[in-house]
Amino acid sequence: MRYVDEFRDPKLIRQAAAEIRRLARPDRHYRVMEVCGGHTHAIYRFGLEGLLPGNLELIHGPGCPVCVLPMGRTDDGLAIAELPGVIFTAFGDVMRVPGTKGSPLEHKARGAEIRMVYSPLDALKLAQAHPDRHVVFFAIGFETTAPSTALTLLRARQLGVANFSVFCNHVTIIPAIRAILDSPGMRLDAFVGPGHVSTVIGCRPYEFIAEDFGKPIVVSGFEPLDILQSLVMILRQLADGRAEVENQYARVVPWEGNLPALRALEEVFELRPYFEWRGLGFISQSALKLRDAFAEWDAERRFTVPGIRVTDPKAAQCGEVLKGVLKPPQCKLFGRECTPERPVGALMVSSEGACAAYYHYVHRAAAAASLER
Amino acid sequence: MCLAIPGRIVEIVEDLPQLAMVEVAGVRRQVNVDLLRDEPLGPGDWVLIHVGFAMSRISEAGAQEQMRMLEMLGEDEQAMQEIQGYGFGQAEH
Amino acid sequence: MKTASEQAALAALAAPETEAAASGVRFKDPRIEMAHGAGGKASRRLIEGLFAPLLLRGRLAAPLADAAHLEVDGARIALTADAFVVRPLRFPGGSIGELAVNGTVNDLAVSAARPLALLVTFVIEEGIASGTLEAEVWAMAEAARRAGVEVVGGDTKVVEHGKADGMYITTAGVGRVDPRVRCAASEVRAGDQVLLSGPIGDHGITILLARGDLELEADLRSDTRSVYPMVERLLAAAPDGVRWMRDPTRGGVATALNELARDSRLGIALCEEEIPVRDAVRGACELLGLDPLHIANEGQFLAVVAPEHAAAALAAVRSAPGGEEAVIIGEVRAEPARSVLAAASYGGTRIVDMLVGDPLPRIC
Repeated sequence: MRYVDEFRDPKLIRQAAAEIRRLARPDRHYRVMEVCGGHTHAIYRFGLEGLLPGNLELIHGPGCPVCVLPMGRTDDGLAIAELPGVIFTAFGDVMRVPGTKGSPLEHKARGAEIRMVYSPLDALKLAQAHPDRHVVFFAIGFETTAPSTALTLLRARQLGVANFSVFCNHVTIIPAIRAILDSPGMRLDAFVGPGHVSTVIGCRPYEFIAEDFGKPIVVSGFEPLDILQSLVMILRQLADGRAEVENQYARVVPWEGNLPALRALEEVFELRPYFEWRGLGFISQSALKLRDAFAEWDAERRFTVPGIRVTDPKAAQCGEVLKGVLKPPQCKLFGRECTPERPVGALMVSSEGACAAYYHYVHRAAAAASLER
Repeated sequence: MCLAIPGRIVEIVEDLPQLAMVEVAGVRRQVNVDLLRDEPLGPGDWVLIHVGFAMSRISEAGAQEQMRMLEMLGEDEQAMQEIQGYGFGQAEH
Repeated sequence: MKTASEQAALAALAAPETEAAASGVRFKDPRIEMAHGAGGKASRRLIEGLFAPLLLRGRLAAPLADAAHLEVDGARIALTADAFVVRPLRFPGGSIGELAVNGTVNDLAVSAARPLALLVTFVIEEGIASGTLEAEVWAMAEAARRAGVEVVGGDTKVVEHGKADGMYITTAGVGRVDPRVRCAASEVRAGDQVLLSGPIGDHGITILLARGDLELEADLRSDTRSVYPMVERLLAAAPDGVRWMRDPTRGGVATALNELARDSRLGIALCEEEIPVRDAVRGACELLGLDPLHIANEGQFLAVVAPEHAAAALAAVRSAPGGEEAVIIGEVRAEPARSVLAAASYGGTRIVDMLVGDPLPRIC
């Protein structure tokens, strides 16, 4: 596969790993956060952590849009799904996320009309095909996905499709990174920056990380060579005493971002005054909602949702894992009470959740051993 | 952040200019290319696909440049080892 | 003070629980979900926790296999049963009828049995066109002819419109076990080689695409076929060397090998680059975030072979028509026990887990 296989070349991977080991000074302990859940997933799927020197520690960030949604929002979505005449649509990632009364899959097993879609456009098509039903699309994701929802809503309006609405749970990445940087006690040396969000927002929004906080950030692709090359670039910055925004993923990420995408976002969405994030608490201006002009396609306005705040079970340490304070195996429930089949929190079932990445790809014994270092 | 895959544009769907047929390793799907409307797009171009939308154009030059940088990583290392083998130059560790 | 009838009522309520506990029933899921039929962990829980303790009492000691073995007058007979539920009924490369014949034949084949005869039951939805049914019967007759088995009987039921998704087919198959062969998880040893007959994921991805929900098109066909010709040659070349076989259907290669690792208490180490996957399957899996190792196959088999026989075994399978792409994908190791690992040539290692639930395309 072009633009994939070249970046999985074994010889070049070994070379990049060797360069990382050469650059990592033995007297330092490096703490590098990969913000994006997709990077966490890639690191463990490709066994990259095992190639890194022991003093280069990867801290897993909160860049998993499903994981950061508090359970109450899932409950709100499922309350809509249970309404008669509603076809509730969502991406595959959402289907196993636990709500208070079960996951979407479990609700489906009990008779709710819930369907998985690959694209919000497919949900819109479903609405056109079923004029007697109301199709709701559960919109999740960071800025990578929000433009797709925006374009779908613009199309719905253009076509006059009245039996379609969006339950909007899009969140934005910059406030999350800022919250991490502002966390007392969080010591980080650098960031591996989100690759696909950056195709939309560009690289400029990360400048505050370098300028105000003095930390390097390298916007990275998702193949093994991308991630390893980003780590090389980070180590070089640290060795030189530089703190800059660099774009490792330049073949895909334009420095200025994607203008049509940003314009669509501006036209359809506005920022909520605040939004609750699992692990990070209430963050102002960190989530999107539909503008008044799109009120008739806003599921939250067309339907009444319970809007109840649900805290995670006490024993679950989802928030700490999301912030990077704990590694998944350090959560007391990991692999015992909390497994992909019986998840306590979303991190174990979202394909970008750190817990899921560890559970599926990392040998339990090896994970336990590496934590002792 | 989310799953996005490189695909090759096979054809622009004629009467709906914002749709293109894209191919990934022999698998084809119609993809919305509205987000790339500011640039000329045609068959043979490679784009990054996410949830049915093309997010960005993939730069062949950018990819090649990156491969060159990656290959050089090894060369620096080999050159370094050669120098160390001669006994002059400083050991890095 | 409770009346006699109250006491009797309470006793009656208590009885099922104690009975359940005594019988070994330990299936606690409150409701049946799609995952229970997907071939992964949930399926195993259902079979081991409910069916085995109550129905397979005499055989609890033996690990679950594709077919049951019975001794009849000195001959070892393999018996297997299967149910076929697939939507759509027809898809590129085959149809439900062919799956039914080949699937049953394959269960017998990987039990080292020569397939002899099948029984077939149809549960048909009222209202489907006779032509649809006829097409399936033709397909089954043709598949049976190619596989060298006879369909010797069966049953038919018709259910109301709206049930049975068109039609469900169930089968029973019988075959004669090769007396030279001892195939079981307990026979597997560290150092044994893992052989895979050909590319994986074709069937499952073809079905996923054929459903049309994802609007993906590809030049892919189900791989449904009898694996017996390949197995026959393998057994002829290395009757003493074949330790274990399985056809990786629902749950894929990952599930089959995890079951082996669990049953044998050994570990399996795979070479990522050796696992054959067609481009289109790979492309679809990358697009949907699926792992080819979790996808169902209907025309492949796995064999674990003693190392001294591995070369001959591989050559034998490759010599069979359809076996040209057979490859050794890994080996059995003592550690880490009960785990399946995959290593990439650059040194990265990951575990290969059993399938959890239904494979849901990953999007975001």
